[in-house]
Amino acid sequence: MARAKALSLRHHIENAPASQFFYDRATTIRVGDLNQGTSLNGRLAELAGRSVLIATTSQLTSGLALIELDGVARRIAILPPDVDPAHLGALIANAEIDAVVVDGESSALFSNVPLVVTCTPQIIPDERVPAAGPETEWVLLTSGTTGVPKMVVHSLAGLVTAIPPQKFSETVVWATFYDIRRYGGLQIFLRAVLGGASLILSSAGEPIDNHLGRLEQHGVTHLSGTPSHWRRALMSPDIGKISPGYVRLSGEIADQAILDNLRVAFPNSSVGHAYASTEAGVAFAVNDGLAGFPAAYFEGVRDGVEMKVVDGSLHIRSPGTASRYVTAQSGPLLDADRFVDTGDMLEQRGDRYFFVGRKGGIINIGGLKVHPEEVEAVINRHPLVRMSLVRSRQSPITGAIVVAEVVLKPASQQPPQESEVRDDILKLCRDALPRHKVPVSISFVPALAVAATGKLARRG
Amino acid sequence: MSIRLTIMDQMAQVAREHGKALAPLEDDLALLDSGLDSLGIAVLVARLEDRLGVDPFTTSDDVQFPVTIGDFVRAYENGAR
Repeated sequence: MARAKALSLRHHIENAPASQFFYDRATTIRVGDLNQGTSLNGRLAELAGRSVLIATTSQLTSGLALIELDGVARRIAILPPDVDPAHLGALIANAEIDAVVVDGESSALFSNVPLVVTCTPQIIPDERVPAAGPETEWVLLTSGTTGVPKMVVHSLAGLVTAIPPQKFSETVVWATFYDIRRYGGLQIFLRAVLGGASLILSSAGEPIDNHLGRLEQHGVTHLSGTPSHWRRALMSPDIGKISPGYVRLSGEIADQAILDNLRVAFPNSSVGHAYASTEAGVAFAVNDGLAGFPAAYFEGVRDGVEMKVVDGSLHIRSPGTASRYVTAQSGPLLDADRFVDTGDMLEQRGDRYFFVGRKGGIINIGGLKVHPEEVEAVINRHPLVRMSLVRSRQSPITGAIVVAEVVLKPASQQPPQESEVRDDILKLCRDALPRHKVPVSISFVPALAVAATGKLARRG
Repeated sequence: MSIRLTIMDQMAQVAREHGKALAPLEDDLALLDSGLDSLGIAVLVARLEDRLGVDPFTTSDDVQFPVTIGDFVRAYENGAR
């Protein structure tokens, strides 16, 4: 599929409004200053035509480097903060990295890379801009939990296909609980850059109340995160400080409970959930407040996106999909018809489709299959439940059985008896699920781990 | 509560949850004739592990899998020793 070459990010900020800022905990940057300045200490020309790894510690410097490098570097590979350093050597070799951008001291891990350039969270005047080269390749890492992450090749044109053309707006202030160095967060970064909107970034290790305080201070209007991010945010006493007009979820299954909870928490906001993956790109958004999506989405081509279900798994063909993996060993990314198999499993109920879990995440109970996510969706319906994790427990009889860990909402008045809540949850499950999907035990825990990707951490 | 009584109590509980009727639980009754199917027994074993702190069918390799109710109870009584 031929793709139009997109304008580079630098072109997109040529008319940046004076009120467009990037904020993090320590710094405020006026985006338009990049038109006559650099955050790379005047060394952008040295990076022209190179394959550059962006390995800064802060999201802000990553964002600045992306704007400067797009259209100049041959390839930009974006390193998320949580990648195991043990994998860096393989990533650098496979992506043919010959330059690294850092924002602090360079690491010994980069000693074999010929060029290391420092990016600072400030823009110094510099009128020189290297001549635009061929279209830059964007390389994103997948968020798999084991082994070397796969490197996925996108173009800027593909990355922005789902972003509606918009008038520059001085009133839109984006923020994301994601890291912009992952696909979901990068979408928000690009929305802000293309839309002339400000963007509030979180800083490493920043407590949620501090982050929410800054969102209030800068007047966030559009806020995005995974359902797990949102469940955690809803547990903060400071959540009432913000009132974004648009609340967006993606990256995990948005069940009806989290959508309802967000509607109650933000009665004046529109709440939408989107489906996207690093490989498949953004496929669709759902804005009717209901979990799942209309079956009509499978009819024809919608916004360039075609979808089909093969063996229960969602397949997507669109101009927003990645073109390939960097290395052939990662396998073909597209099938012969240029569809991506997302591995996200669907179930049709009436005129809607619902995500039920991951193809690889199935628990096998004596031959009967369970997706943890479908059980979590039922548990999360209980009004006192904030979030839950369903996992398998070894059984000598059926190989595995289902158990659940549950985080309750903070008790507003008298804390409920755990045994009563447990019985209520089990009744919900028994009414909604076949026997083998009902958890054998429910334990109440103070918190559940959320991985750096914003997704619930699932153990084996 | 004795191990035997705990087991009988939990069998009744699981049967109730699964909407099954339990047969009179004599020692020589085959486990699979008790009214619990294999999923019910899997649930029972997990619940008993939580209460008694032992799963005699997983912790040891040489334990014979129980055929009768009596075998089943003895496996726990031996495992608890």
